[in-house]
Amino acid sequence: MDQTHADTGLDLDPDAPAIRFDTVGMRYGRGPEVLSDVSFELARGSFQFLTGPSGAGKTSLLRLIYLAERPSRGLISLFGQDTSIMGRDDLPALRRRIGVVFQDFRLLSHLSVFDNVALPLRVAGQRVAGYREDIVELLNWVGLGHQVDALPATLSGGEQQRAAIARAVVSRPEILIADEPTGNVDPDMARRLLRLFVELNRLGTTVLIASHDISLIRSMKVPVLELADGRLITKTRTA
Amino acid sequence: MTQKRRPAPLLPPEAGRDLPLLAVCAILVFLACLAVIGAAGTWRASDAWTSQLDSEITLQVIAADGTDSEEAAEEAGRLAGGLPGVISVEVRSRAASEALLRPWLGGASLPDDFPVPRLVTLNVDPENPPLASAIETLFADAAYRVIVDDNRLWAAALSRASATVRWFAIGLAALVCAAAAAVIAFAARAALSMRRDVAEALHLVGAPDRFIVGLFQERFFLLGLKAGAAGSLLALGSAFALGEIGGTAGAIFFLPSLLPGWGAIVILPLAAFASGLVAAISARLAIVTALHKRWS
Repeated sequence: MDQTHADTGLDLDPDAPAIRFDTVGMRYGRGPEVLSDVSFELARGSFQFLTGPSGAGKTSLLRLIYLAERPSRGLISLFGQDTSIMGRDDLPALRRRIGVVFQDFRLLSHLSVFDNVALPLRVAGQRVAGYREDIVELLNWVGLGHQVDALPATLSGGEQQRAAIARAVVSRPEILIADEPTGNVDPDMARRLLRLFVELNRLGTTVLIASHDISLIRSMKVPVLELADGRLITKTRTA
Repeated sequence: MTQKRRPAPLLPPEAGRDLPLLAVCAILVFLACLAVIGAAGTWRASDAWTSQLDSEITLQVIAADGTDSEEAAEEAGRLAGGLPGVISVEVRSRAASEALLRPWLGGASLPDDFPVPRLVTLNVDPENPPLASAIETLFADAAYRVIVDDNRLWAAALSRASATVRWFAIGLAALVCAAAAAVIAFAARAALSMRRDVAEALHLVGAPDRFIVGLFQERFFLLGLKAGAAGSLLALGSAFALGEIGGTAGAIFFLPSLLPGWGAIVILPLAAFASGLVAAISARLAIVTALHKRWS
């Protein structure tokens, strides 16, 4: 693949951690805090799992990282940039450095698998001739080579998940966040997808995967962040 | 894979949903164009009326009983023609006077001794017309009565009335344009609500607001352009038809002609572009506001 990151135009610190949370709290509206005093750092190029029971706040934490939400309190830094002081116009450039695999996939129903996967590149202003081959290669890798022109509605849950993963990694992001990325695929495909994440990580991408799958987490032997009731109870334990 | 591939539109085609909006916009453009054509017609008619009234004075010559009205009219015309400011004189025939009385007295021939006032039209210099009092003085000792109809006395009132109609038509066109803009803004917000998934997905893969706004803006510009073309062409056709059908009635009741002039024919296609522009701007404002409210 031959994608390049658009210049963010931001003053990013090359030595700063990829992600840093400092006593972060978050609530939706006037509801109770779903995250309380969460503090951690992910070094650039690290690979980490995020785990915890349902309702522990995993998805909320990921939403904070990919800038879909703002914290109620505390500080979040991405690449050394304090996101609380960033203007609205600066956020898209930062978001383009982050690939996200959503739990509910978020594929656009009217676009083919190819066009869904190409979305980040299209938004970055790349032309189809420049990425056509790369996307087909990527879709072959995730086992969707025969579904290039299919609409998401015609895909199985596992196939949709793989398309979502392909979309998240296609622009070779500096941070990859995945929310239960292997929840709908068989063990063989799960291992194959994890190899893709590992490969990206070897190329320098910081990877954070939220998962319930203890056996999957154990198989990777990487640090784990563990959430319970909105609080981080383990920071760097290796499973 | 070597086949050519064109990126699919990021906003899904909404032909079914766009059709009613297209119809509403086309109708609004149609009404706005008719209002503009009406204003232009009133403008032209007003100019024609006032210029004619400014350059004409009519004398009613009423001959005394037993005298020849023909002679009286001829003499009045000759005398009035000598006044400064009078360019030419036209003595109207008795038949012309009878024709004017026909709507009130019926079509039957009037008896020869019926005292029909004779009309003398003075074509005057609009810049230096003779005073009505000077004309009345001229005929003070005549054997016949002369009544001076100074058209300019009510030309000013007519001019004010036509200006009012003109501004009313322009105001109506502006109101219809504002209504079209409001409808488009409402539709744009509804479209954003319906395609929130698209906007959110684009946001999360790093699309700036201008990228998302551009998608909606382009869609509504094209919609406005189509609606504008349909509405303005329909208005042009209707104006021609109304102008042709209503020509006779308009002439009798002094109504302005709806027949569009060449200026209107040139301007109407521009209405399509203006419609597209109004649609694009109102959609842009609506989407920018909605994006700022929804995603901080």
